[in-house]
Amino acid sequence: MRDSIPSGSLNGNILVIGGGIAGLSAALEASEAGYDVFVVEKKPYLGGRVAQLYRYFPKLCPPYCGLEILFRRIRTNPKIRYLTMAEVVDVSGEPGAFDVDIRLNPRYVDLEKCTACGECAKVCPVERDNDFNYGMDKTKAIYLPHDLAFPMKYVIDDSVCKKLECAKCVEACDYDAINLNMEAKTIRIKAESIVVATGWKPYDAAKLDNLGFGVYENVITNVMMERLAAFNGPTKGKIVRPSDGKEPKTVAFVQCAGSRDENHLPYCSAICCLASMKQATYLREQIPDSKAYIFYIDIRAPGRLEDFYTKVSQDENIVFVKGKVAKVEEAENGNLVVIAENTLTGEKTRTEVEMVVLATGMQPELFEVKLPIEELKLDDYGFANFESPGIYAAGVAMGPADVASVVEQGTAAALKGIQIAKR
Amino acid sequence: MADAEQVEKKYMLYICTGCEIGKSLDIDKLKEVADEEFSVETKTHEFLCNSDGVELIKKDIEEGVNTVIIAACSPRVNFDTFNFPDVIVERVNLREHVVWSHKPNDSDTQMLAEDYIRMGIVKAQKTELPEPYKEEISKNVLVIGGGVTGLTAALEAANAGYEVYLVEKEAELGGWVKKFTWLTPDKPPFRDLRKPDIDEKIKAVMENKKIKVFTSSYVEKISGQPGLFDVVISKNGTKEEVRIGSIVVAAGWEPYDATKLEHLGYGKYPDVITNVQMEEMAANGKIVVPSTGEEAKSVVFIQCAGQRDPDHLPYCSGICCMVSLKQALYVRNQNPDAKAFIIYKDIRTPGEYEDFYKRVQEDPGVFLTKGELKEISKTNGKMIVEVTDTLLGEDIEIEADLVVLATGMVPRFYEYQKRYFKARELMGLGEPQPNETLIVASDKLWEALEEYQGILNLQYRQGPDLPPLKYGFSDSNFICFPYESGRTAIYAAGPIRQPMGVVESEYDATGAALKAVQALELISIGAATFPRVGDLSYPEFFLQRCTQCKRCTEECPFGALDEDEKGTPLPNPNRCRRCGVCMGACPERIVSFKNYSVDMIGSIVKTIYVPEDEDEGLRFLAFVCENDAYPAFDMAALNRLEWHPNVRIIPLRCLGSFNVVWIADALSRGIDGAILIGCKYGEDYQCHFLRGSELANRRMENVKETLERLALEPERVKVVQLPISDYDKIPEIIQKFIEEVEEIGPNPYKGF
Repeated sequence: MRDSIPSGSLNGNILVIGGGIAGLSAALEASEAGYDVFVVEKKPYLGGRVAQLYRYFPKLCPPYCGLEILFRRIRTNPKIRYLTMAEVVDVSGEPGAFDVDIRLNPRYVDLEKCTACGECAKVCPVERDNDFNYGMDKTKAIYLPHDLAFPMKYVIDDSVCKKLECAKCVEACDYDAINLNMEAKTIRIKAESIVVATGWKPYDAAKLDNLGFGVYENVITNVMMERLAAFNGPTKGKIVRPSDGKEPKTVAFVQCAGSRDENHLPYCSAICCLASMKQATYLREQIPDSKAYIFYIDIRAPGRLEDFYTKVSQDENIVFVKGKVAKVEEAENGNLVVIAENTLTGEKTRTEVEMVVLATGMQPELFEVKLPIEELKLDDYGFANFESPGIYAAGVAMGPADVASVVEQGTAAALKGIQIAKR
Repeated sequence: MADAEQVEKKYMLYICTGCEIGKSLDIDKLKEVADEEFSVETKTHEFLCNSDGVELIKKDIEEGVNTVIIAACSPRVNFDTFNFPDVIVERVNLREHVVWSHKPNDSDTQMLAEDYIRMGIVKAQKTELPEPYKEEISKNVLVIGGGVTGLTAALEAANAGYEVYLVEKEAELGGWVKKFTWLTPDKPPFRDLRKPDIDEKIKAVMENKKIKVFTSSYVEKISGQPGLFDVVISKNGTKEEVRIGSIVVAAGWEPYDATKLEHLGYGKYPDVITNVQMEEMAANGKIVVPSTGEEAKSVVFIQCAGQRDPDHLPYCSGICCMVSLKQALYVRNQNPDAKAFIIYKDIRTPGEYEDFYKRVQEDPGVFLTKGELKEISKTNGKMIVEVTDTLLGEDIEIEADLVVLATGMVPRFYEYQKRYFKARELMGLGEPQPNETLIVASDKLWEALEEYQGILNLQYRQGPDLPPLKYGFSDSNFICFPYESGRTAIYAAGPIRQPMGVVESEYDATGAALKAVQALELISIGAATFPRVGDLSYPEFFLQRCTQCKRCTEECPFGALDEDEKGTPLPNPNRCRRCGVCMGACPERIVSFKNYSVDMIGSIVKTIYVPEDEDEGLRFLAFVCENDAYPAFDMAALNRLEWHPNVRIIPLRCLGSFNVVWIADALSRGIDGAILIGCKYGEDYQCHFLRGSELANRRMENVKETLERLALEPERVKVVQLPISDYDKIPEIIQKFIEEVEEIGPNPYKGF
């Protein structure tokens, strides 16, 4: 169903907050069981963080594949309605009868009229940091978020757009789709139950000053590495180091960068070990004479994921070093030196590499962005680990987890939502 | 097959001239093609997806047009804009697949567009609106297994309003959890052990009027299809037959056979026990040294006992680190002076379980070290555990009263997997792919299953239980879709699916229960379940022409087709996922959907204009998977990547629905080559119909025969695996294929 201010009844059975893989799973599974669902997504597109991943572990398959199926299921299912650029501003009522006020932030592009032809971006003179690529490149102020963007519609970043002062895009658009006077509006939706699937963000690596992020250009994070490997990333899929665009022949992956650390995230983010192993395979596949070092405390590859660990460890150019990285320094030649304490031998090691990837952890969005839902209880880390009739959490909002687990939780939340809504 | 009551089709072609289409193509010539070759009228609009464009179409529909061909953008966009109830809508992708990806105002591009118009009209001619397969179904759910997973699934489905039959083989409900005294924490602050709430759960199940419980029972037989399953439940020799609609399998796990761990002292020393025995001891109230009956004051836990070990269980059971941390607290809580040692490879306490790990680390009586076990022996009545490669950098020797082996979980489908391997052996097949699903549909399977006591005991031609994946887990092969079991409306949950703990099993059970009730709702309206959710079409078999070759019954990835004694297929539409693999398999072309058939695609192939003169260019077909390869072409176009203009793209539901006859159709008409672009097959396959792309590849053997018969070179047909995100590689893949064919030269059948 299309993304628009819903016409007709604003009554839904279930309201899902968050249009990432957890929220979409909850929404689709409930709607396919016959219930009316609204999805509210803050960003201009659905799909969330997984859209920004190049491949999934352990299969090394592209997330776009599963997203395409999800989007097709949404397109062909009239029971699911979604709102992008939308935020929940107020929730009142009780299980079975919630009133939810939703602010629809202006996209400045008419969803009914935009054809995604791209003429607007050609004439737009303003650039912005591309958040989809974690700021590693630019888009125009009017942009299509990514190649599989759903809805496939342009959007204007109003923090940089010069609006009526410029308005070149308005002129370029043959379809009268751009309205620079668009304003936010608030609508009210009635829902019987609510699923909170607000997801996560990468822990702010700038806080990890000992590890050199923000100080040395060639220290990047794991989420950035995903974008470097992807064709729709800033380098058209070439893994190169930011300082000089050269292929890094040696890369250190620093595990638990800010995770399992009392000063940062005391918990384990559950996926970073496997993510780094996966990224080591990107490197090895693309640059055959490269070498990866993975500095770890414990390798956490539960269940059958152990097979992936076994497979990756068979590559002699992926070296696992048990040790916590204390510091990253710059060498005289511009390379980086990773200083770690090898917990097996006790010795301090200095490893020179051309690029460092910090395996930063997942922090729940709810840690900073509070939802106006009284019943929603958060733990010290911001995870929604709670029970409350009519309100259910799913995905990383609830705790760190991999994609398959998140989909299970989304599916489970769909049933809980249905139980309240059932007639 | 012409239907007497069929309404006559009234066609209209709409060409959108927006988004560069009008600027790049000669629209009048496209109209001529429709008019002169098909007598189809055309209307153009500069902005067809706009409200007045849509109004134009709606008005025509009101006036009797019932078959609409829209030549505009990709069908992947504006789906609902151009969705008109009870009207056949065919989309021709002029935007992405023609003008965004080819030179404007060029004769090759124009010919491409004209062919797509022809192909679209022919497809519309061959399409009928599907009429769903509907029968009065049962909306009851069967749950197999009365452990925490099964209990949860039963309760959750009942709470959503469905009747549930719960079958448990033991006399008592509760499974393993019933035997546990304490569980690891599941809530912040993740520090304290908790009492299992299994008794409350059992009570809730027993008191729930919607749940009928069968203990000391097993499922003897399940026949039929989703919505119409006939289940025979056997209890102490008496049988009860019930009609149910969908199934959750929560048959659980068993501990790895510790007698195989003699190298760790099990069976050799009485004071070496497993974590399960430790749990039993804790339940009995005292942790003692078996040989003496005295209280155990020092206990060594050996992690990964027979796990992460290629000679035993190569996988990690996921929960044993948490379990040993918990059991270390049993030791410490029993006696404040007691000591617990945990020897591990890696401590695996993901997420917030890390806080529990920290809490145990804080305990001065618990000693944790990474290390490799060297030897376990007994001296002077004490167990001696020697460990090397420790964090301390030196070898250590621990004297202990008791050694606990953290053994792992084996899924209850393990035996089925063994039989499956045996069947492969009997068939002379090699080692299976690590994640291969059950594909032995031969009689050898039944030979290998002699005296097999199954869990589901499905009366399916392709075997009685869920197709096992690696290590016997009935896990999905799909990260995005963890509930794909390979059998429709049957979902596995809990540790039979993958190793997991109690909380995870409860979530998993709830999710599986949702899938089970959702399948019922979809089937009740005749709609397909995942991945073609909502598809109302289904395959129909023209059995008069069936030659009993059994290809369809063997190849159906979901075991939808049974057989009579002669080998004639017995379709079960409710088991079907509508992939069309049967249609691709059939050499007699007797399998058709209302809106997808061998004849339809063959006719599309035959409508393509093939120039007699090779100077006008060669012609190629690309049969592509509509879920992955097709969107990849769209994204290549979005990036304005250009590919060779002489290729005609034909989307297929799945590459597995590719029928070899299309190659004969194409090449006998002078088309120079065909490329099949689908998903990865083999290990870590990505085909959402499990085996579609693999089967397409296997059919290349038949393609070779076809080519030989036509005296054509095998290089003219090729299968390529393309992940959706590798759209940047499309121009090169196409170019390479074309050059390979060009090297051989044009098809000699041109002009015949």
